[in-house]
Amino acid sequence: MLEIKNLHASIGDKKILDGLTLTVKKGEVAAIMGPNGSGKSTLSYVISGREDYTVTQGEVLLDGVNLLDMDASERANAGVFLAFQYPLEIPGVATMTFLKAAMNAHARANGQSELQTPDFMRRVREAAQKLGVSQDMLKRPLNVGFSGGEKKRMEILQMALLQPKLGILDETDSGLDIDALRVVSEGVNALRAPDRAFLVITHYQRLLDYIKPDTVHVMARGRIVKTGGPELALELEKSGYKDYVGEAA
Amino acid sequence: MAAVQETVDRVKAIDVDAYKYGFVTDIESELAPKGLNEDIVRFISARKNEPEWLTQWRLDAYRRWLTMREPTWARVHYKPIDFQDLHYYAAPKSTPGPKSLDEVDPELLRTYEKLGIPLREQELLAGVQTSKVAVDAVFDSVSVATTFKAELAKAGVIFCPISEAVHSHPELVQKYLGSVVPVTDNFYATLNSAVFSDGSFVYIPPGVRCPMELSTYFRINEKKTGQFERTLIIADKGSYVSYLEGCTAPQRDENQLHAAVVELIALDDAEIKYSTVQNWYPGDAEGRGGIYNFVTKRGDCRGPRSKISWTQVETGSAITWKYPSCILRGDESRGEFYSIAISNGYQQVDSGTKMIHLGKNTTSRIISKGISAGRSNNTYRGQVSAHRKASGARNFTNCDSLLIGHDCGAHTVPYIESKNATAVFEHEATTSKISEDQLFYCMQRGLSAEEATALIVNGFVRDVLQQLPMEFAVEAQKLISISLEGSVG
Repeated sequence: MLEIKNLHASIGDKKILDGLTLTVKKGEVAAIMGPNGSGKSTLSYVISGREDYTVTQGEVLLDGVNLLDMDASERANAGVFLAFQYPLEIPGVATMTFLKAAMNAHARANGQSELQTPDFMRRVREAAQKLGVSQDMLKRPLNVGFSGGEKKRMEILQMALLQPKLGILDETDSGLDIDALRVVSEGVNALRAPDRAFLVITHYQRLLDYIKPDTVHVMARGRIVKTGGPELALELEKSGYKDYVGEAA
Repeated sequence: MAAVQETVDRVKAIDVDAYKYGFVTDIESELAPKGLNEDIVRFISARKNEPEWLTQWRLDAYRRWLTMREPTWARVHYKPIDFQDLHYYAAPKSTPGPKSLDEVDPELLRTYEKLGIPLREQELLAGVQTSKVAVDAVFDSVSVATTFKAELAKAGVIFCPISEAVHSHPELVQKYLGSVVPVTDNFYATLNSAVFSDGSFVYIPPGVRCPMELSTYFRINEKKTGQFERTLIIADKGSYVSYLEGCTAPQRDENQLHAAVVELIALDDAEIKYSTVQNWYPGDAEGRGGIYNFVTKRGDCRGPRSKISWTQVETGSAITWKYPSCILRGDESRGEFYSIAISNGYQQVDSGTKMIHLGKNTTSRIISKGISAGRSNNTYRGQVSAHRKASGARNFTNCDSLLIGHDCGAHTVPYIESKNATAVFEHEATTSKISEDQLFYCMQRGLSAEEATALIVNGFVRDVLQQLPMEFAVEAQKLISISLEGSVG
């Protein structure tokens, strides 16, 4: 599903990804763990097409199609979804309005007709209920005045509506208390499917207690330095990242 | 988000810096000779068969104007205007005066059709089926058609060209003309007083709620012609009227001057809602051509508990110099100003309002949203003052600026002056930039860069769009996206 080959990327003069290679299969949940500054968030931005980063070498393929030839919105419509670590506020734009614009953009890009309003409302209501997103939140401007937990639930709600091929969770656990973490994780688990892959980026093992990964990759200095099963995350929890940081020094 | 999609489609359908209303109507005109002197003033007055008092009023204004200088305090830059190189009067030959619709030159009807302005009474603005809009169409210096006059007359509402009102209702015109914007007010208002050509006249009798939206549509067609329209609206005691104004002009290389005066008078308990969608030709991508829009608009809340509300969406003109204001004379009267001013290309906007609190417990509210893109400059200039007798006066001002790109400017210049210790004035102002983060966030959800910008901008101006009558709000939303075309990436 997702194949990243020898990826090099920089921002300004600073090289951040340095020959990263990674494969995630259909239906797989892959965790990316690593110390601060190892390039985890950069990886999520480069896959989803943020313009600040320059890719100097390598390939990113989704179902064999090179994402690097597309802009951010084309990649989104091709099935890449990034749940942001810090979701953005869009003042004056009702959440419902935003959701509809996004869903219609996907529909158009995939040659489908736009959703009828009753259909749209029903889908949003169902998804919102599961995630404990209130009707009031849907009417308010997107993310404006939402708590940290509400913002993260809104990200998962959007993912549920847009049904991506690849869901990237960027430090989704940051700023969440244990109850919010559970709701968000359940939301993600409900979206696990044989034809959908996840990239779960996190600093801590905690999130992985709720979202069980199939594989765990350790990232340091802009590349994957170790790959294993779920037990690798538990090891890291005990020993920390010092071995990997040490390697860099 | 159908509206956003529509705007995006529309934006895609037009060429870079193509102004949709830039066509010229090929029609024979009667022009006054170029230049300005007492003979020209008399010529205009004679063309309109005006009574002696009005001819004298114009001449007094002209003589006063000769002693005045162009104001230079606004943050706008342009070459000095040669006031002797302009025509001060232009009228389509085929339509010497307003007639019934059947008699209007078909070429003119086609022009307004092209502009989307219905001059047939069964047609309605923007396809909205539920409401009627009466239209007064002003073409260069004359009104060419006014619709729904008969139906309005049944309610006692007078809606006609001001040139006609001078004859049909001289006592009202003489009583109120120049009573809000005096002949001596400022350089452009004084010039307008001397040479004003046409515009709308509205009178709403006591206790009447005007049964439909009134609207005037201004079109400048002739080249090297100044348009000097004059609008006078009087809402008598306890009456209500909502009035809309729209404007466009052909695309020409030279600058054209538009110096209008609008006077509103609200007597006891009356309410006037005045909305403008200003879309004069803004000039081309290099900043050539475009309208100089130097306008004086002022409302007088003359009676207690009266209310005047200005809503404007400003997207056109090369230079805008405009400060729709309220004089809050009556106790407990209220003034409102809601504005969206968008500048792109090389446009320069210096706009805002004045809220002059004279009466007790008067209140005012100012919501201004400035959006700058391209190489434009956008200044909000606002004055709020309380007279020493204006105890309990309150004002709330909120002034937000949004920048798109790196080469534009936003400026906020508030003047606040209180001579009464019980007055409470609040002022909030923000300046922000559409962030790369916001754009990326929207694009990551599948929106194109244009869609994302349209969505963010529409959110930014939402408070003000909500103030517009529905059929105008839809138009305005489209206009905003078109005006910002080419500002992304």
